[in-house]
Amino acid sequence: MINELLFMNGYGTYVLSAFGFTLLSFSSLYFITKLQFAKEQNKFVAKFGSLDSEKANSAKSQRINKEILADATNN
Amino acid sequence: MFKLLEPNKIFQITSKAPRYVLFLFVVVLTVGLTEALILSPEDYIQSDAVRIMYVHVPSAWISLGIFSSITLLSISGFIFKNKNFFLIAKSLASSGFVFNIIALVTGAIWGKPTWGTWWAWDARITSMLILVLFFALYLIAWRIYEKEEKVFKITTFITVIGIINVPIIKYSVDWWNTLHQPASINLLTKSSIHSSMLFPLLIMTAAFALFSLLIFLMKYNTELIKVKNKGLDRL
Repeated sequence: MINELLFMNGYGTYVLSAFGFTLLSFSSLYFITKLQFAKEQNKFVAKFGSLDSEKANSAKSQRINKEILADATNN
Repeated sequence: MFKLLEPNKIFQITSKAPRYVLFLFVVVLTVGLTEALILSPEDYIQSDAVRIMYVHVPSAWISLGIFSSITLLSISGFIFKNKNFFLIAKSLASSGFVFNIIALVTGAIWGKPTWGTWWAWDARITSMLILVLFFALYLIAWRIYEKEEKVFKITTFITVIGIINVPIIKYSVDWWNTLHQPASINLLTKSSIHSSMLFPLLIMTAAFALFSLLIFLMKYNTELIKVKNKGLDRL
């Protein structure tokens, strides 16, 4: 059954390499994107940490900044 | 209306959405792969080689859809002077580029057992190759130019020129004698593809669309944080 599934009437190499290439492209794109996101998020946290209290409070008044920080701590 | 699209307001949604979209994508892809590789019938001429269609066709459809969306968003960005449209367009581009490459590579793999060649300068294949070059130009422009005004102008110019190629891709099989067959699926008239093959094709298309949504959300969140990083520098 498994041999039949992999052999695919002689077209197995073509079919599985097409699906394999697609899934490999998906995983590469996903991990690269995730890495870029984490890098930018870490940069934000580091910059935020270096602000003095007045500037930090001013930055925290923006909801999106609070969201980014919360998201970074959850991850 | 555009106030609803303001980054400050939608980040709350876009930051949480990827985990749900990823879950949905895995579920739909599992169903799609089972249908495409095991349950769907083989073709009476192409035999099992027809299964390549389930990754090739959705990739081509989605790359065309993404390029059209990028063009529309870039033009809208210019008309409404809204930077967010450009950010959305930029976040869509990388998945469009990857889907375009998948369509070309899986097409080459499919070409070998059906046409006896990996590559032919056929109108459909050549126009898809031109589209991937436009995607590449678009992405390179974002990397090269730092001034916002300039990058908005150049990327819009690239998409406006590139969009001319989209109807050429669509109608190339009707306008020229190509190795590709004419469209089997038509929204207005009855499709010539059997439902046993149409169903897995639609499931795989849904899975691929979910994947591009997932990448878009992750990219868009990255872009928003980049903007906020610049904002912190200015404090």
